[in-house]
Amino acid sequence: MAEIVIRNLRKDFGDFTAVQSSSFKIEDGEFFMLLGPSGCGKTTTLRMIAGLELPTSGEIYIDGEEVGQRPASQRDIAFVFQMFALYPHMNVRKNISYPLVSQGMPKSQVAEKVAEVARILGITDILDRPVGGLSGGDRQRVALGRAIVRDPKAFMMDEPLGALDAEFREHMAEELRALHDRMGATTVYVTHDQLEAMQMGDKIVVMNHGVIEQFGTPQDIYDKPATMFVADFIGSPPMNFLRFHGEVHAGSSRVKMHHEELEVPRLMEPFEGDMVFGIRPEHITLSDSGSFRGEVMAAEYLGTTQIVTMKTPSGELKARIPSDQPVRAGEFAGLEFNGSTVTLFDNQSGRALRSELNEGVLAHG
Amino acid sequence: MSSYSITEPSSRQKWVAGTLVIAYAVITLLPLVWILTTGFKSPVDAIAYPPKVLFEPSLEGYVNLFTTRTRVSPEQLQALPPPATWYEEIVRNRDMVIAGPSRYGERFLNSVIIGFGSTFLSVFLGTLAAYAFSRFKVPLKDDLLFFILSTRMMPPIAVAIPIFLMFRTLGLSDTHLGMILLYTAVNISLAVWLLKGFIDEIPREYEEAALIDGYTRFQAFYKVVLPQAATGIASTAIFCLIFSWNEYAFAVLLTSGTAQTAPPFIPTIIGVGGQDWPAVAAGATLFLVPVMVFTILLRKHLLRGITFGAVRK
Repeated sequence: MAEIVIRNLRKDFGDFTAVQSSSFKIEDGEFFMLLGPSGCGKTTTLRMIAGLELPTSGEIYIDGEEVGQRPASQRDIAFVFQMFALYPHMNVRKNISYPLVSQGMPKSQVAEKVAEVARILGITDILDRPVGGLSGGDRQRVALGRAIVRDPKAFMMDEPLGALDAEFREHMAEELRALHDRMGATTVYVTHDQLEAMQMGDKIVVMNHGVIEQFGTPQDIYDKPATMFVADFIGSPPMNFLRFHGEVHAGSSRVKMHHEELEVPRLMEPFEGDMVFGIRPEHITLSDSGSFRGEVMAAEYLGTTQIVTMKTPSGELKARIPSDQPVRAGEFAGLEFNGSTVTLFDNQSGRALRSELNEGVLAHG
Repeated sequence: MSSYSITEPSSRQKWVAGTLVIAYAVITLLPLVWILTTGFKSPVDAIAYPPKVLFEPSLEGYVNLFTTRTRVSPEQLQALPPPATWYEEIVRNRDMVIAGPSRYGERFLNSVIIGFGSTFLSVFLGTLAAYAFSRFKVPLKDDLLFFILSTRMMPPIAVAIPIFLMFRTLGLSDTHLGMILLYTAVNISLAVWLLKGFIDEIPREYEEAALIDGYTRFQAFYKVVLPQAATGIASTAIFCLIFSWNEYAFAVLLTSGTAQTAPPFIPTIIGVGGQDWPAVAAGATLFLVPVMVFTILLRKHLLRGITFGAVRK
């Protein structure tokens, strides 16, 4: 098991920069998520850690050793591909034993290891089947088996659940996480699904256009987004953005938006210009006493909660409120914001303004 | 009055299609049947008019194909000890004795060496090149691929004279190596293009999985890509073999003695002792056998091969 440190990693494909100067650290035994929309450079980053792509510049340390320019075969890591990449001309047993054969392990020991892994994954009864006829879930298990059989330093997983249907995905996600908890192996996992990332990850790196937007625990990333991109990408529905022109002073904990004084976490830096008031839907409550008012456009019933779309002078927003609170389209209602959860952004750069709330997160982000 | 369906042809349509296929098969196979039967006819039957469909089979053509014979007078024939073998008997019935083996065996062997040698070399080099074109960033890749293909844009024989002069200068004329290299040069463009199509279809992840599993790039190629590409390699090999096996013009031009292949040799049988059609037919029949065996051995790959690499999903 190993810790992985990425320093100033960069990858260019001709004129196109896939990854720009990324740095982050994956602690030993962590389940680490690389999250972002397609084309953001997350898979390229993973492939560079694995050695399937060589970085244009920068360093990769696995267990303290710089491996950036070494071939994949010398890095002692395992990779689970989205399409599993099981060797089609071999049966399940051969697929799983293949990485051991390359190390020249004696046959009896290989058989023992394969049997053990098959037991862990519950695939003992399909060991002699060809991989062609297996179901998606079994293929996934065989691919995992091939990865864990070798006790590698770390696991790389490139959207391993992407090829499964929705129902099964949930189940496999649990299985994966349970497997990780039992083995405690450092795992780097690429996904574009924010729910998957939140659900499974110990830490998340959010990437966009080859740049790391934020790096932290799922809670920090959700509650204290470093950029508008992160705030928008994470959460469903995403964070509400109310745009306004204004001015704030360092140390103040109030902001004036369209003649409305609103409470915010105490700010650590001054700012003047186009700003964005960011608030998560669940931190908005509807109450008649609220002075900030809006018109109800629609309500989506979700069981215990409902999502209410409101039209306000500063733009549209969505609030998540208990579903027993009666709301009707066309009604006007007052809105109250939980001020301690608000993040202010610079509208131009999309960067969060430093405040009491997010200071600790932004410092090393 | 009748409805057309893509999935289920009517019995009438099936009947018409079946008849056409059979008619086509008969037309294509008839010359082969003719050659096969002529090989077993006596020289008289072979040139009989109207042609004989029913005849007494004889191995004379095959005996003549493999031997050279000398005519002797009846007295000399009487003086000889009785024939020791069945083929000597056939020859003596024509007032001749066997003077020695013919060159057919040698020429046939040349064909085998040159045909299979160049097929192996074309497929070997073609696979490596196709893999590189498919997987690596090759500078000027598209131009190189076009250049490789452009060597097929004229009939190879159009460059016969330069090749003849080149071979003479390099001492490659009438050598096995020279013919293998020549046929390889012609075949390799086909091999690269066909095989690139097949290798493109094999997902890279297989090799990447092997690289991760601790194998080198070459081991990944050898253990993972090659088994996947077997179909493509087999069908490419058949195409290459058929070309180099049947090639006539260059073989006439560039070989005469040591490296002469069977195609230019077979017609020369006609001149030996009159028009010996059964011997020619026997030579042609035997000449067909290796390609047929090779194709039958690989046929399960062939049909899939023709359609597989060609269609992009």
